[in-house]
Amino acid sequence: MTPINPDQLIVQLTQWALSFLDSYPLVAVLVAILLSTVPLIAVFPGCFAITTWLERKGLARIQNRIGPNRTGPLGILQPAADGIKMLLKEDIVPKTSDRLAHFLAPVVLMVPAFTILSVLPFNRNMIPAAVDTGVILFFALGSVSTLAVFMAGWSSRNKYSLLGGMRAIAQMVSYELPLVLSGVTVIMMTGSLDTTKIVAQQQLSEWIQSSNAGLQCLGQIIGWNVFTPWGFAGFLIFFVASLAEINRCPFDLPEADSEIVAGHLTEYSGFKYALFFMSEYVSAFAINGLSTTLFLGGWSGPNIRPPWSDDPNALLIPGFVWFFAKMFALMLVMIWIRGTLPRLRVDHLMGFAWKFLLPLAIMNIFVGGFYYYAPRWHGIPVVGWPIGFLVMYLSYECIGRLNRGPKTAQRVYHYAS
Amino acid sequence: MLGIGILKGMVVTAKNFFGSFVNKRLLPTIQYPEAGNSVTLFSRNIPFLVYDNDEDPLGTMRCVACKICEKECPPQCIYIVMEKDANGKPAKRPKVFDIDISVCMGCQICVEVCPFESIKMDSTFELSTPDRFEGLLLKREHLLKSNTYFHKIHPDEAQEVDDRLAAKQKKPAPTPSTPAA
Ligand code: SF4
Ligand code: SF4
Repeated sequence: MTPINPDQLIVQLTQWALSFLDSYPLVAVLVAILLSTVPLIAVFPGCFAITTWLERKGLARIQNRIGPNRTGPLGILQPAADGIKMLLKEDIVPKTSDRLAHFLAPVVLMVPAFTILSVLPFNRNMIPAAVDTGVILFFALGSVSTLAVFMAGWSSRNKYSLLGGMRAIAQMVSYELPLVLSGVTVIMMTGSLDTTKIVAQQQLSEWIQSSNAGLQCLGQIIGWNVFTPWGFAGFLIFFVASLAEINRCPFDLPEADSEIVAGHLTEYSGFKYALFFMSEYVSAFAINGLSTTLFLGGWSGPNIRPPWSDDPNALLIPGFVWFFAKMFALMLVMIWIRGTLPRLRVDHLMGFAWKFLLPLAIMNIFVGGFYYYAPRWHGIPVVGWPIGFLVMYLSYECIGRLNRGPKTAQRVYHYAS
Repeated sequence: MLGIGILKGMVVTAKNFFGSFVNKRLLPTIQYPEAGNSVTLFSRNIPFLVYDNDEDPLGTMRCVACKICEKECPPQCIYIVMEKDANGKPAKRPKVFDIDISVCMGCQICVEVCPFESIKMDSTFELSTPDRFEGLLLKREHLLKSNTYFHKIHPDEAQEVDDRLAAKQKKPAPTPSTPAA
């Protein structure tokens, strides 16, 4: 048996368990599938529960309140109480609704939300579905949620639901472009659509395999795409577009409660509403997981080789710790943004996607290409880095300034001073 | 730089977030039943009737049943019946003085219009009752509270009122009936 690596413990355990089933290949396949999917279905609803609690507490503190504190210590059991409340509520379906579509919408939203999780590499050798075209699969399945949201809006036969659904389509289709284009830069640089390869490309293997602990640590970080000009810009574009893609503040127009009740969720109650709610958070996790994979080095983080191991790839801290840490950090930033920014107006929202993010993302692709071919000095991008950064910064400022509307005259108050 | 406003806003919310853990002013919530209440010297909610002598509440109440407050109360929640003595002469004190606190909106207009300084705003607030009709109709007996109590809840205002009453009593000496009588 191979020596035990802390970071590969779960993988090795799985392989060991499966080795008993060698003589029953069919059962082994089934068990392998169960072993990789059940944890997803178990872990992510748990993350969802923790995040709702974090969100309530965090928003409360931002607004100088205490937040939930009656259910358990610090209100930690609040998600459980919410869940029970949701399950006990009556499921009301409007009389004139399209019953089948109304019933299917939460399911259609939830299935892809969980499915796209399976192309994310949580650790080395720990990817539920190692697909060669993982990124494409992610974006393709991720856009199914647009359909689900519109199904919900259409089938409710409620004008607010329909408005919400239409807003959702317009918004998600528009923001898909900058989202994918900013990811394209990474794919271009890696030359692969495989998420595992994208992570591997962000690790400096010579440094990691050297004997110096500091170098091992640094080698896991320094290669992250976010530290390159195109990666930094791409990460920001990706993050903003993903906010819109999953209908989070300040892009939560499809469910803007001050304008259109609750948008496509208006006619949903009880368990179906809970499903919607959960799918939204799970897709938020998924998209944060993807931006972690594409830009933040996936499961790599400050890490050293365990002293007892001579395997050059062994690591002390399991990679999924870093993966989840980064994913939650992005989630916290989303909560922070929700506590800060007001909702955009519809025309501003569309303008922001088409006139600002999209040109910037296209510019980013060119900068990525330049960075790739620019001459290097001992492997260090001495030309590509500063020039790429400058070009990205200038185009950010220029596109931003071009987008400024005509200056309105300063309002003059005649009677009040 | 473009977008600096967003970052400034984020800093503000972050300050509020972290400040709420260290700065009492940034977390003003009072966990009411467990940790005290928020009654201050400026709290006002429903009116009460003032009497002067702690031994004799009914004898020394200031109200003369002039019914001005009853007429002025915007939601009409005061009901007053004047007491009559044996000869049917008005006794210048209320026999019935009811305030329906389910209707009272705490506007303090009754206090402003009363010429005899007899009705003042209270700051008590734990008034819930299982009986929503009788329990919320406060009778004369419930409404009567001593001047000492008034001094306790709103000391400055009570002192002012006392000074005013004393000044009034000194100047026009031979008034047949003083308000306090
Ligand atoms: S406070 Fe206002 S509403 Fe209440 S009894 Fe006095 S006048 Fe009426
Ligand atoms: S409380 Fe004042 S205004 Fe009202 S009846 Fe009594 S004396 Fe008159």
